[in-house]
Amino acid sequence: MSAISAERTTPAQARSTSTLALAGVSRWYGNVVAVNDISMSLGPGVTGLLGPNGAGKTTLLHMMAGFLAPSRGTVTLDGRPTWRNPDVYRRLGLVSEREAVHTFLSAYEFVLASAKLHRLPDPAEAARRAIALVELESAQDRRIGTYSKGMRQRARVAAALVHEPQVLLLDEPFNGMDPRQRLHMMELLHRLGGAGRTILFSSHILEEVEQVSGTVQVMVAGRLAASGDFRTIRRLMTNRPHVFAVRSTDDRALAVALMAEPSVTGVELGRAELTVRAGDYGAFTRALPRIALTRGIRVRQLVPEDESLESVFSYLVEA
Amino acid sequence: MSTVSWITARGLFGRRRFLLLLPLPALLVLLAVLSRALRVDPGEWGPPVLVGLGLAVVLPVVALIVGTGVLGAEIDDGTVVHILTKPLPRWQIVLPKLAVATGVTAVTVAVPLYVAGVLAHSVRLGLALAAAAAVGALAYSALFVALSLLTRRPVLLGLVYVLIWEGLLGNFVSGTKVLSIQQYVIALADRLAPTGLLETSVSVPVAAVMSALVSVGFTVLAIDRLRSFSVAGETS
Repeated sequence: MSAISAERTTPAQARSTSTLALAGVSRWYGNVVAVNDISMSLGPGVTGLLGPNGAGKTTLLHMMAGFLAPSRGTVTLDGRPTWRNPDVYRRLGLVSEREAVHTFLSAYEFVLASAKLHRLPDPAEAARRAIALVELESAQDRRIGTYSKGMRQRARVAAALVHEPQVLLLDEPFNGMDPRQRLHMMELLHRLGGAGRTILFSSHILEEVEQVSGTVQVMVAGRLAASGDFRTIRRLMTNRPHVFAVRSTDDRALAVALMAEPSVTGVELGRAELTVRAGDYGAFTRALPRIALTRGIRVRQLVPEDESLESVFSYLVEA
Repeated sequence: MSTVSWITARGLFGRRRFLLLLPLPALLVLLAVLSRALRVDPGEWGPPVLVGLGLAVVLPVVALIVGTGVLGAEIDDGTVVHILTKPLPRWQIVLPKLAVATGVTAVTVAVPLYVAGVLAHSVRLGLALAAAAAVGALAYSALFVALSLLTRRPVLLGLVYVLIWEGLLGNFVSGTKVLSIQQYVIALADRLAPTGLLETSVSVPVAAVMSALVSVGFTVLAIDRLRSFSVAGETS
């Protein structure tokens, strides 16, 4: 990591920080409600917008970035609406999910054009600084069309950061990145957040959010399902009921034994297998082999039935 | 040159569809040269080549390719977001793009029309055709740039206007000619160089006023639509 350091960005942000506020925001397309009555306020630091595909994250980000009018409610940056207000882009940067870049330009030309469009006093210096920030100097004179997906993404981030915006919105920024690029981007977001900028990035991958942000907004089916400290939400997710399908040499005897286990909240005896509901994942997976061993039952199959991210989110909605 | 114009021009010349611009003007010049070389009476080849091909096909089709290319192509591939996320009043985006579209169309069409006009009659006719084509380039470009913001199928709608409205209905329903950029261009060219080769159906004042109205009206519409530009919501 090089170039812009936290020290360099601090003076700029020390003068002012920005707040992005959503109040009762909904967006619908005909009869389909994409975003349903969301209120939140984002201040300095990194916030993860977590949700399964189709949750409405992109729609929400587009409204935050002034690219979509809310059907109801207001989206404001420092008190001014983002919709039909190009002035907000002085303080706001956007990296959209769609991999759209001018492939006929080099990264330097691309970022320089952004700097000029922002009317920065020294566009060349700003472009060089932004490119250094994403470590793209060695390839900056090559056409973007020749770049890998991760490099394109970094060029886009450099263009979005060239005017050092107080607020940066990124839609699925880690998509298509290899582990090293991912790590690099995570460190970059960390540093920007640490330097007092308001960073919001969307993701459908829990671990990405965990590694980058302390605060998380969880969206499910257009609604804000959970909001706040990541660890608290993680605990909710870990302690949710888990469902397992179990096959053994004696399902009936195993069912009786499992019912006596405190970690088990329910057992259903099916024709071919047992369906076991466990309140405590760790305790159940430790207890099962012990019970099987003491009762002389052989467990042939143990399959967690309900591990998809969507089910985790569904649980959060109900929690 | 503004940064918006520079990116627009680079994008336009960087795409393969720009090559589509070349065959039609080349065909126009080729037909004029052939007719002249074969000593065909200009009264016979002039109207079909100058009007039938030049003003009715080459001008609107080139304007369509360029006009939908300067903004519609960027909307299609999503790169327009890079320009829109800048603190620029939207007229500062639309006007440079319109200027590039008009300039490229005017140059691409005026040169072969000038050559054909000179070969058909005189330098004066060549200059008149070139000047009228430049006015037409502005009106068509304003229309097609606005269409890029009004519909997701600007090329299709543009073709419908050029082929059905101007090309087909113009022959049967005389009233449609009042709303035909092609007719304005013919009237203006004929006023600048009366030769008898061009048959006009609208008066010069109507042509001048309507050209201005179309150009200004669609430009204002495009600016307003860009102010409320929504990114199509992908469902994630």
